[in-house]
Amino acid sequence: MATEISVNGTTHSVDLPEDVPLLWVLRDALDLTGTKYGCGVAACGACTVHIDGEAVRSCQVSLADVWGDITTIEGVGTPDALSVLQQAWVDHQVAQCGYCQSGQIMQAAALLAEIPAPTDDDIDQAMQGNLCRCGTYPRIRAAIHSAAKTMEG
Amino acid sequence: MASIGKIARRTFLFGSVAIAGGVALGAWYVSRPAPNPLKPQAGDTTLNPFVMITQEEGVVLVAPRAEMGQGVRTTWAALLAEELDMAWEDVKVIHGPAAAAYYNTTLMAGVIPNRGYDRSAFQESLGDALSHIGKVFELQVTGGSTSMRDGYERMRVAGASAREMLKGAAAEKLGVNISLLKTENGTVIAPDGTALPYSDLAERAADLPPQEIVLRDRSEWKLLGTPLPRVDMVPKSTGTAEFGIDVRRPGMKFASLKINPHLGAGMNGFDATEARKMPGVIDVVDLGRGIAVVADNTWLAMQAAEAVEIDWAAAEHPADMAGIMDRIADAFATEPNSTMRDDGDVDVLPDGATVVEAEYTVPFLSHATMEPMNATALIDGKGLTLWCGNQIPTIIRDRCAETAGLDSDRVEVHTTYMGGGFGRRGEIDFSQYATMVAMALPGTPVQVTWSREEDLTHDFYRPGAIARMRGAVNSGQASVLDAQIAVPSCAQQALGRWMGSSLGGPDQVAVEGLHNAPYAIPSFRTRGYLADLTLPIGFWRSVGNSHNGFFMESFIDEMAHAAAADPLAFRLEMAAREWEPGAAVLSAVKEMSGWTGTTPEGVGRGVAFCYSFETPVATVIEVTDEDGAIRLNRAWTACDVGVALDPSIIEAQMIGGLIYGLSAAMNEEITFTDGAVDQQNFPDYEPLRHHMAPRIEVQILEGKSEVTGVGEPGTPPAAPALANAIFDLTGQRIRTLPLRKSVDFWI
Repeated sequence: MATEISVNGTTHSVDLPEDVPLLWVLRDALDLTGTKYGCGVAACGACTVHIDGEAVRSCQVSLADVWGDITTIEGVGTPDALSVLQQAWVDHQVAQCGYCQSGQIMQAAALLAEIPAPTDDDIDQAMQGNLCRCGTYPRIRAAIHSAAKTMEG
Repeated sequence: MASIGKIARRTFLFGSVAIAGGVALGAWYVSRPAPNPLKPQAGDTTLNPFVMITQEEGVVLVAPRAEMGQGVRTTWAALLAEELDMAWEDVKVIHGPAAAAYYNTTLMAGVIPNRGYDRSAFQESLGDALSHIGKVFELQVTGGSTSMRDGYERMRVAGASAREMLKGAAAEKLGVNISLLKTENGTVIAPDGTALPYSDLAERAADLPPQEIVLRDRSEWKLLGTPLPRVDMVPKSTGTAEFGIDVRRPGMKFASLKINPHLGAGMNGFDATEARKMPGVIDVVDLGRGIAVVADNTWLAMQAAEAVEIDWAAAEHPADMAGIMDRIADAFATEPNSTMRDDGDVDVLPDGATVVEAEYTVPFLSHATMEPMNATALIDGKGLTLWCGNQIPTIIRDRCAETAGLDSDRVEVHTTYMGGGFGRRGEIDFSQYATMVAMALPGTPVQVTWSREEDLTHDFYRPGAIARMRGAVNSGQASVLDAQIAVPSCAQQALGRWMGSSLGGPDQVAVEGLHNAPYAIPSFRTRGYLADLTLPIGFWRSVGNSHNGFFMESFIDEMAHAAAADPLAFRLEMAAREWEPGAAVLSAVKEMSGWTGTTPEGVGRGVAFCYSFETPVATVIEVTDEDGAIRLNRAWTACDVGVALDPSIIEAQMIGGLIYGLSAAMNEEITFTDGAVDQQNFPDYEPLRHHMAPRIEVQILEGKSEVTGVGEPGTPPAAPALANAIFDLTGQRIRTLPLRKSVDFWI
């Protein structure tokens, strides 16, 4: 039985069992590979996407349980049209290996939507579920502050 | 095949002759010894293995080193573009194929048993001679923090020689003398100011012989020495960078595997009846040491792999950690494998000496790259095609050719971005398993993705190690240091996997960071003992330095304390007498941190100084007491990399290397039961998280003449600087990692 989901403004009909996690629906059925598999147990944040604007771990949401419109990293901006947050990531040269950065950006975007001018403590709170093995944390912090400033205008 | 020993002897003579060639050798390397592996399509041309000019994309540069986060693709391209006069925004870079032309000229020089910082001309030539082993064995390897040392001259020569060929073609076309031509932004500028794009000159240029070139002086550099926007930054900020796990091919199927948790052992049998019944399962493949399930999506493949009932064979390893650590300690009773430093007489104690003795232990560690291991493979009429992130494309090509029963020239390796490497991607297993799965489904591309659990439990681990340290201090100074380390040899294991046999003789890797510590100590001996263990171990960021840095710099702190000396002043005095660049990085962190030797109540500071991959690094860490828990507050790091080719990337590597080392020092430990790893996923193997990272300042010095390592040297000082800071705060000397077993960290 096909399930309909909305991803980045497009409706997709997905013909997969209802218990398949959204992560694998995005990656293997819809070829939206920007969302990454890291642990499968919500311990690393690499698979973070938005459902109705809320940051969620897509490895923990089954296809049947998707409750709203999904936004993935591909829906945030593109190489030719970067979002303000992605531009800040580029300005601060945040990424090293880059594997966790889709999840980091999705988490940071949700933070800025909730708290437009986050403090260091706010950033610590919001970002501690997103692992990075390369140690980009200091530049992530700087990029979030700088994006907040730009968004403030 | 000739033995490595024989080749080393032969190439020694060869190497001595080659050295006399000086810079001319660079051009010869670039254009002569190995065939150009680039196969241009109609209308495209290659000027050498590193510069291709295409009709569609213009100039395309080849950076045949693994981009695993360290920024190598950017700086390698900048070396070429600098001499080629490319505008940075026009630079396009690819990894290119697995090929002999891309061998690492520097890697094998690292096995020479010398200290590095005081290398003699003879040893330098021996190192260059050994580099030919890299060529003979086509070692296209990204590792040992060698890329910039390897590429610094070669790539500028490659860029300059391509530029001169293009100018030669323009001179012919315009009928003017070549000396009247300039180059700028990917064009040759005629005397009248007309700009001829390189793409219009490439075809003719390719037929011209390589020209004499003189490399530009640093004062003329436009790209090198400045922080450049990384070529991979926009793709990595938009989810569009293609990692191995993102490869998608027409008709591709998804697989996952389950390998015997008892490492190295096979199966007595398996029953896949239930798995095969699951809708969407395509096949179950016998991999010898386990099975793979091929399915319509990765998740289903992982579920079905769990549903296969497998009777695992037992592994022949010690049953528990006590047995494993005993086996390592047993090595102390054997003949030392190396005694690479033996100055003075460590058995003679000066009058009035205070003796210090301590034993240290570190655990096994996993790389735990963020991207779990994976590879994609296709067997068809052409042969074998592989897509994967890897640090060793030619080795993967040859070993997987053996797996598939093909000649190496029928194997094509596409190297993607990798979601972390740290040494793990310098292994072959993930590619071999994908090859075996593809062999079962000819004509179908199959992507084999490991679950995090399979990844963490089937690594080639940083080995556990034990150090027995004995020293003496007199009048506030170190007079004796006698260091013994017991560790299984990851170099022998890894080289065996790469080449089928490993170099014998003293294992430099086991004692690096001890024997070459740039300290003047009158009686100074280091002995390495190789433990007899077959647990799979491999290269882990900074390798032997990752444990020896902790042993050495913790013990130096103990000696300073016994000498009633300030730990930074104690080191600075010994470093200044041995090697000036070492003293300079210590002085730099002293100034950066405002080190006074005293700290307020509730604050502790520790320092460590390590020399690895020819780069000296000093780090000061400050911790605070948060209601009994230890919080990392600030860190200061100073390094000397010789020439800071890209200061932003170097800063990122120093910060990243430090955090990687702190993560291991505080939290990480791999343990084994019956030869199987106990830790399954991040909740049991918890890397440092965002809020726990200290604020970090980095200073980059350029006091040395050579370009030296950047990707690894930030890691070794992390553990000792933190342990020394904890000692300063609490008075507790911790000699066993991870530190969380002895103290509570603020979380």
